[in-house]
Amino acid sequence: MTSIDARGATAVAIADGVRAGKLLARDVAEQYLDRIARLDGALGCYLLVDAEGARRRADAVDAAYKAGRDPGALAGVPLGVKDIFCTRGVETTCASKILRGFVPPYESTVTSRLAAAGGVMLGKLNMDEFAMGSSNENSAFKPVKNPWSHAHVPGGSSGGSAAATAASLCAGAIGTDTGGSIRQPAALCGVVGVKPTYGRVSRYGVIAFASSLDHPGPFGRTVEDAAALLEAMAGVDEHDATSIPAPVGAYRAAARTGGDGPEPLKGVRIGVPDEYFQPGMDAEVESAVRAALDELARAGARIVKVSLPNTKYAIATYYLICTAEASSNLARYDGVRFGYRAGDARSLEEMYTKTRGEGFGTEPKRRIMLGTYVLRAGYYEAYYGKALRARRKIADDFQAAFAGCDAIVTPTSPIPAFKFGEKTSDPLQMYLADVLTVGPDLAGIPALSQPCGFTKAGLPIGLQTIAPALGEETCFRVAGAYEARTKWHQQLPPETAS
Amino acid sequence: MSRITADEVRELALLARLRLSEQEVAAMTDNLGAILEYVDALRALDTTSVEPMTHAVPFDCPTRADEVKPSLLPDEALANAPRRDGSFFQVPRIVPGPGADGEGGS
Repeated sequence: MTSIDARGATAVAIADGVRAGKLLARDVAEQYLDRIARLDGALGCYLLVDAEGARRRADAVDAAYKAGRDPGALAGVPLGVKDIFCTRGVETTCASKILRGFVPPYESTVTSRLAAAGGVMLGKLNMDEFAMGSSNENSAFKPVKNPWSHAHVPGGSSGGSAAATAASLCAGAIGTDTGGSIRQPAALCGVVGVKPTYGRVSRYGVIAFASSLDHPGPFGRTVEDAAALLEAMAGVDEHDATSIPAPVGAYRAAARTGGDGPEPLKGVRIGVPDEYFQPGMDAEVESAVRAALDELARAGARIVKVSLPNTKYAIATYYLICTAEASSNLARYDGVRFGYRAGDARSLEEMYTKTRGEGFGTEPKRRIMLGTYVLRAGYYEAYYGKALRARRKIADDFQAAFAGCDAIVTPTSPIPAFKFGEKTSDPLQMYLADVLTVGPDLAGIPALSQPCGFTKAGLPIGLQTIAPALGEETCFRVAGAYEARTKWHQQLPPETAS
Repeated sequence: MSRITADEVRELALLARLRLSEQEVAAMTDNLGAILEYVDALRALDTTSVEPMTHAVPFDCPTRADEVKPSLLPDEALANAPRRDGSFFQVPRIVPGPGADGEGGS
């Protein structure tokens, strides 16, 4: 029996060790639980640590191996779960006061598939309340710090997932991406994050924000780690009518072929849209991304110019659609069946308004209000109807671009991590943090973010690879090739004990 | 002049069943006004004869066999209720009648 240093360990190395009988899942889980106990006080990644459950799950993996059964593709991999996934018997809050104390009576499809593959959930990860935010400052409970600099935000809304993966407080994590909530924090924390095709991963048991835009997906320390998690999560689900019946791709294999030979991307055309390199972009981000494009060219890819002319309408389109859907989805929080209920209400009406007024934080309230406004009779066509038409034009842009290329490569975020409080006073400035990530959400197409450098101040920079619908393998192939030729993913953030 | 007035914000809050403080109403009036002004940019986009896109990926509504399957037991469904009375969710009185106002016990 050998041991593994959890700091910087990959999910794939852990699973290989456990599957070969060289590592005990229990020992691995204990290492991560110990790291969380020592380091998470300073970072704030976890809202709940389920140590007892983690030990039980790890022991079950070890027992399966001992009994000669297949312990699963993710055997013994310690995972963090964004607190938006319902976990049976384990409190699930969506980082909102209105859901404090909610213990789901059922399990999300994604978490149950990861468990069936031998994954060991360590606990529930912090996030922006109801996945609304780009800095994790909207958590009702506590902020998450960026492991590379505690003065900076980790991004959001899946800030806990990205930071915990970067700081090795889990070997991989899951999150959700509605406007960039997986890729933007992955970029700001220097890890890999994947938003798959809409419907590729089931939304069953994922607390709804904007149903036509919510995409569950994985975080990994490497491209192959993220691919391994996605392989276990993806696939059609009878509990989600919008899940896609197409077979799941060979994502891990695609991530590995990227490292084959001197020109693994020979024959691959990579599109670069001018619209994703606009004034206001950080100069260090731009030069790191341009250098990454040069590296992809050296890997054999042909770099071509493409155009996504309606990019400038993406944020407006996104915020009209997501707030409309959110105002409808969040109507269920009324204090009747679960979650918070305000005391001393004299009527049902008063119970509703007080419960919601006291239970929701500022950002969910703002989005419920905006969504209610744009869906109102008389405004519906001018706002929501218009946005649905704009959404099609934005999706058509991608389709037209993919006629001339196989993948589109851009920065993930125009800026590196910003400081706490920098954007909280102006919600519109915070919304603009998603300017390069909302397009693939609106179009429903897969996109991956991976590290491609650091600023002089030591903050990570993210590279985004976008592919056509169900083109996840292309994302993994391109990203795998880049990763095999660079060392950014091997850098680890400093450790600061709590 | 904001794109939305404080009175409109109060009316919206009522529709959305959100109790807002006067301070929240003031902040919301500013924020929503700025956001509405920003999204006005969409008016410049020509969308004549563009079909609304309600879904990211086209799909047919799948059907399933109409079979009885196990679902949540009443106790599981009620376990998170802020207040329950036997197998019922309990809420403040809806219809007027004798007895105490508010959330009386059973």
